[in-house]
Amino acid sequence: MRARVPTRHATQGPDLVPASVANLPADGSQGGAARQRRDDALFVLIVGAGRVGSAVAKRALSAGYEVSVLDEDPLSHERLEEGDGQTWEELGGHFTVGTALEVDALIEAGVQRADVFIASTDGDNTNLTVAQIAQRRFGVQNVVCRVMDPARAAWYQEQGLSTISPTRHAIEMFAQAIGLE
Amino acid sequence: MYVIIVGAGKVGLNLARELLDKGHEVTLLESDRRRYLVVEAELGHVVQYGDGTELWVLERAGVQRTDLVIAVTGDDEDNVLVCQVAKEKYECERVIARVNNPRNLQHFKLLGIQPVVSATDLILRLIEHEVPRYGLVHLLALEEERLEIIELEVQPGAPAAGRRVAEVRLPEGSLVISVLRAGRGFVPTAETVVEAGDQVLLVLDAGLEDQITPVFSTGGA
Repeated sequence: MRARVPTRHATQGPDLVPASVANLPADGSQGGAARQRRDDALFVLIVGAGRVGSAVAKRALSAGYEVSVLDEDPLSHERLEEGDGQTWEELGGHFTVGTALEVDALIEAGVQRADVFIASTDGDNTNLTVAQIAQRRFGVQNVVCRVMDPARAAWYQEQGLSTISPTRHAIEMFAQAIGLE
Repeated sequence: MYVIIVGAGKVGLNLARELLDKGHEVTLLESDRRRYLVVEAELGHVVQYGDGTELWVLERAGVQRTDLVIAVTGDDEDNVLVCQVAKEKYECERVIARVNNPRNLQHFKLLGIQPVVSATDLILRLIEHEVPRYGLVHLLALEEERLEIIELEVQPGAPAAGRRVAEVRLPEGSLVISVLRAGRGFVPTAETVVEAGDQVLLVLDAGLEDQITPVFSTGGA
């Protein structure tokens, strides 16, 4: 996750630049340094902006990553903005409304140049399918997929898909809390 | 044959009935409790309650010994994953998946799931057949074999009209296999004369349609 992989194709539209960067003098000195940071920033695409997806998106953006979010519900955009004075877009984030399995929506959200792909919708089967599409069809290097069902999380992990199972973590924490090993 | 059907909607239930009638062993999996109870009243222990995308539910149904897994839920991602797990984890050689949204067909192919059945595609093909707009109807595509069977209507004045089959100049890799005339079909010989208004069936290498259409249609059409 920490490795700095250059973005394959850096689009530099003004809408992509955070306000803090856009306000810097464009004389090439100060501004140049800021742009440098943008150019090799990891591009993270997050599909599903529920509690988990939106929180990860906000953290990734404030850590300096380029972040794009895809969700079928336009309302989930609000989750990305709560607590901030500026809108998600003003902060440099991207947001696309669309369903995970729609290839057009994935492309619009930038899957072709994503370095990291996170599947965090509320459906295990949607996550597993779209994660494999990102991996196999679009060749995204780093694909992480949320799978509530621990059994399938384990099996797909063995198949080479990076999975996170919140259920498994919860089971372990409960077990610890009641003194089980 | 032992068949597991995932999804006891109209498609799954009727499929189960037909297969049971033919003497096959069937287990039907349904994740909606109310639907399960309705189907259970008719089929008894044939239907099991559970989410067929979960491994333990498939295992309880005996996925390890099944000959065929059919995924016909209303969710394409469920169908694709049921088939993927059945094939890759449980080494079930034969799976059939239903595609609800034809746009998702590409995802099934990407993950190696075939054959797939799409009601939309079937109806579209029927429309093409009943209301031919382009003069050419795809009857069957044998994708593995890279062959297709198409049906064409011979237009008056087309290069093939009035010629013997032996004289019709067809590209290599294509063959006239049947002629339908006045409501009857027959297998032509080299001497059969193709007439305007005939429906001809051809088998051809995939991708040759464009070279074949002009032979049976009037120039420029």
